[in-house]
Formats: sequence, structure tokens, C-alpha cells
Amino acid sequence: MSARRRTEFSAERRRFLTQGAQAAGSVSLVGFLLGAYGEPAASTPVAALRPPGALAEDAFLGACVRCGLCVRDCPYDTLRLARFGEPLATGTPYFVARDIPCEMCEDIPCVKACPTPALDKSLTDIRAADMGVAVVTGTDTCFSITGVAHCVGCYEACPIKDDAITMEMKQEHGKVFFVPTVHREHCTGCGKCEADCLYPEAAIKVLPRALVRHDIGQDLA
Amino acid sequence: MTSARTSPEQRAPGHPATRRIARRSWWLRQRFLLARRAVQLGLLGLFLLGPVAGIWWAKGNLAASTWFGVIPLSDPFIVVQSLLAVGHVTVTALLGALLIGAFYWLVGGRAFCSWVCPVNIITDAAHWCRERLRLPPGWRPQRNLRHYLLAMCLVSAALTGTLTWELVNPVTLVQRALVFGVGLGWAVILAVFLFDLLVSRRGWCGHLCPVGAFYGLVGRTSPLRVAADRREACTDCGDCFAVCPEPHVITPALRGSGSRLVLAGDCTNCGRCLDVCDDDVFRFTERYAYAARERDRLPSG
Repeated sequence: MSARRRTEFSAERRRFLTQGAQAAGSVSLVGFLLGAYGEPAASTPVAALRPPGALAEDAFLGACVRCGLCVRDCPYDTLRLARFGEPLATGTPYFVARDIPCEMCEDIPCVKACPTPALDKSLTDIRAADMGVAVVTGTDTCFSITGVAHCVGCYEACPIKDDAITMEMKQEHGKVFFVPTVHREHCTGCGKCEADCLYPEAAIKVLPRALVRHDIGQDLA
Repeated sequence: MTSARTSPEQRAPGHPATRRIARRSWWLRQRFLLARRAVQLGLLGLFLLGPVAGIWWAKGNLAASTWFGVIPLSDPFIVVQSLLAVGHVTVTALLGALLIGAFYWLVGGRAFCSWVCPVNIITDAAHWCRERLRLPPGWRPQRNLRHYLLAMCLVSAALTGTLTWELVNPVTLVQRALVFGVGLGWAVILAVFLFDLLVSRRGWCGHLCPVGAFYGLVGRTSPLRVAADRREACTDCGDCFAVCPEPHVITPALRGSGSRLVLAGDCTNCGRCLDVCDDDVFRFTERYAYAARERDRLPSG
């Protein structure tokens, strides 16, 4: 009797362990595939900028719950949520400067709306925002640099011109021209310059700061 | 959504339930289903009222929202994942998660699944088609697979530091697609529909969804429960088992000799058993008061 009970017990236990191992195995596989899918899906394309106050990308993707409250409170419809199939983590907020740049609201409603630590609440001065940094990428296309026209589109667009961007006079081969020059310590990455650039493919672009690495001194320290 | 097997028309004329059916109108047999659809669509409508009509009673989506500009709500499952991923959350998110968690604990945990979740409409539609086409049940994963998936979501968040599950979670994805723009979201809607139609009967909501598994755990001690209150009147017609999305929860309450309460956290409080039962066996009840009454009624042993 007791031997039979032991057999039943061990059969029951074997079934439990086998099924448990099967489930755990297949679920781990799904988890691994999800993680592998999440890795490239989480790498943000260069043109997509995060809202002001966004944590560094890794921390941002862990903290943001994809609720869209920042999007709803953006008065200029700058922000949008990444849709499924777009090359960003699904549901996370971003903006494309060339389409609609950040207007640098004084009261930063997007940060206030965020119910998570994803947008840093300690950002109260929009001029301290760090969405990216403008870089003159079209040194061979910029109307001003090439001398095609005395264009100041990017300079005039900048909400903090003379601090974040200046037009520096240069002289080469007897020709005088003006070079839009970004001062990275002031640039917030709002993208107004990129939006207003007159060249068909913007000659000045906001890049995520991690790509530009102006803080190399800090890295070495 | 009565089953083709046991629809009233097919019953023997002498069956006790057949005599009762004349007194129960179509509306009475669908009352909870219609109420659920009204709540599901109404909630979606409230979220759409802002973007469509500019009336911002509700902002955000099921992950987190602000109501009337002040009340924060957030999904406790997502907040837990975020907490595991980055180690801290805001007071707002925590408060919102507590409000939602407390509400669903009160009304039965998986009441979220049957009364709020937009995916429920998709999977119910798939089930309806499946019944009409008389398809075999297909893949039947073990009952606790969803709990393994739930654990996977939490472990994955902790290990990767990101909300891995939210990249593909159909529950938030479908609602976000409807409120913030579809994109390729329709592909997810279609995938869930086809999975439930062709691969596994009640597969997504009944076997896999970790969000449902989470709310099932929340609802384990919920006060609002269905009870097979008049189980002596049961005529074994099988309508409740056929219509129930989690039929295993009914058996102990209806066929057992113990408590009449449906105690399993898997029960979604959808009320379909109340809808279809022509013998008026089931009713919603407050679990603890009911259990106390049962104790008084039953002979103590």
C-alpha cells in the first residue's frame, strides 16, 4: 500500500517536473527571443529625438511606460508615440526636428505631464535641456558657407541665438562668408535650426548627444 | 454566444430548461455581454474624446492616464516592470497603480480582462467565428503557462533594464493604436484574432496573456465573486460551461459539495454564466459575507 502510494506520488511529481521544465524552457526561449528583438528595436534612429529631460536611452526605455501623457500636453504637436512597426521602441515618445521641432516652452509641460522618472522632473529651466546637439553636416551645401547666399535661416530660427549659434565670419581666397557655428554647451537640441534650413536636405541637423561625444574630456577623467 | 452543442433549440422539448426559456428574453440572455461591450467601448470613447472632440476628461492610455486633469491612474503590472527595470518609480505612478490595483481587487481582478481590455473584443470575435465554423480546440497549453510568461516578463525587465514585454504587449498596443494612431498595430490585432481562431481555442486570453495572469493574482482574494447560489436548480444543460472563457473555474462551485463561490482568480467576472443560465443558478455576490452565510448554513463538521 505504501509502496503504491510512493509510486503514484513519484509519477505525479515526475509529471509536474516534466511539464514545469517544458514550460520553463519554452518560456525562456520566448523571453530570449523577445530580448533579442528588443535590442535592435530599442536602438533609436538618429532622426528621432527624445523629449526634454529624457534620461539616457537605456534608463529611459526602462522608466517610460508609453502612456503618451507628454504627447498630449505638448502644445505644438511636436511629440508623437512610436507606432508598432516604426524603428523605435513601440509606444515611446519622440520627435523629428525637421518635421516639427521643440518650441522650448518655458514651463516644459511634457516633463510635468510625465508620471514616471523617464522625463527628469529636476529639469525646470528649458535652456538646460539636452535633447541633442546641432551639427552643421552640410558644409558643402550650406548656402552661407558655400557663398551662394547670405542665408541666416538656422541662426534666425534659434530661440537662444548668439548663445547656442553664431554666424562666424571667415575669409578664404579673398572671399568673405559666414559659417553657422553651434556652441554645444548652450545648444538644447530643439531642432528649430534643422526645421528652418532652406537647403532641401537640412545642412544643419540635431544629433543625439551620445553620437557627438563633445564630453570626451569627462569620459577620460 | 451560446454553444452550438447545447443551444436551447436543440434541447429535448421535455427538458426543464426548455420550459423556462420562453420567459427569458434575448436581452436578458445578453445583459452582461451588452453591459461589458458598453463599458469597453465607452472607456475607449472617453480616451478618444480628447483627440477627436477636444474634451480632455481622460488623457493618456491604459498604461498610465490622467483623469479630469488631476486623478492619476496607472497599470500596476507595467509599474512593477518599470520598478524592476530601473529600480524606482514616481509617487504619481505608484499612486495610480495602487488606485487601479485596489479597484480591480475590489471588482474581481480579471474584471479588467472582460470589462475593459480591448483585446477581449477581438478574442471574443475569434471565439464566435470558431463556434460558427465548428473548429476543433487546437493547441491546448497547460493551465499555468501564463504564470510562466508572467514570470518571464518580470525577469526580462529586471535583466534587460527595459520594458521588454511592452514592445509586443497586445493589450496596451491595441489600445494605444486606437487612441494614438494605428501604424502596423492592425497586424497585431489580426495576429491575435487568427491565433485564437486557428491555433488555440480561447488561446490568448485563456492561456497565454501575462497581463490577465497578473490581474488573476490580484483577484484571488477579491470580494466580488460569482456564486452558483442555486446549484440545486441546475439541469446540467452545460450552457455555462460552453459560454465560460475559463470553464474550469465553474466546476468546484457548481458540481462540488463545498462552497458555491467561484473562487479561482482565473474567473473574469464577465457574467456570461448569469446571462445564459435559464435555471437562474448563478449570481454576483460579496464573497466574504456569502462565505460567512454558507458557514452558518452548513452543518459544522
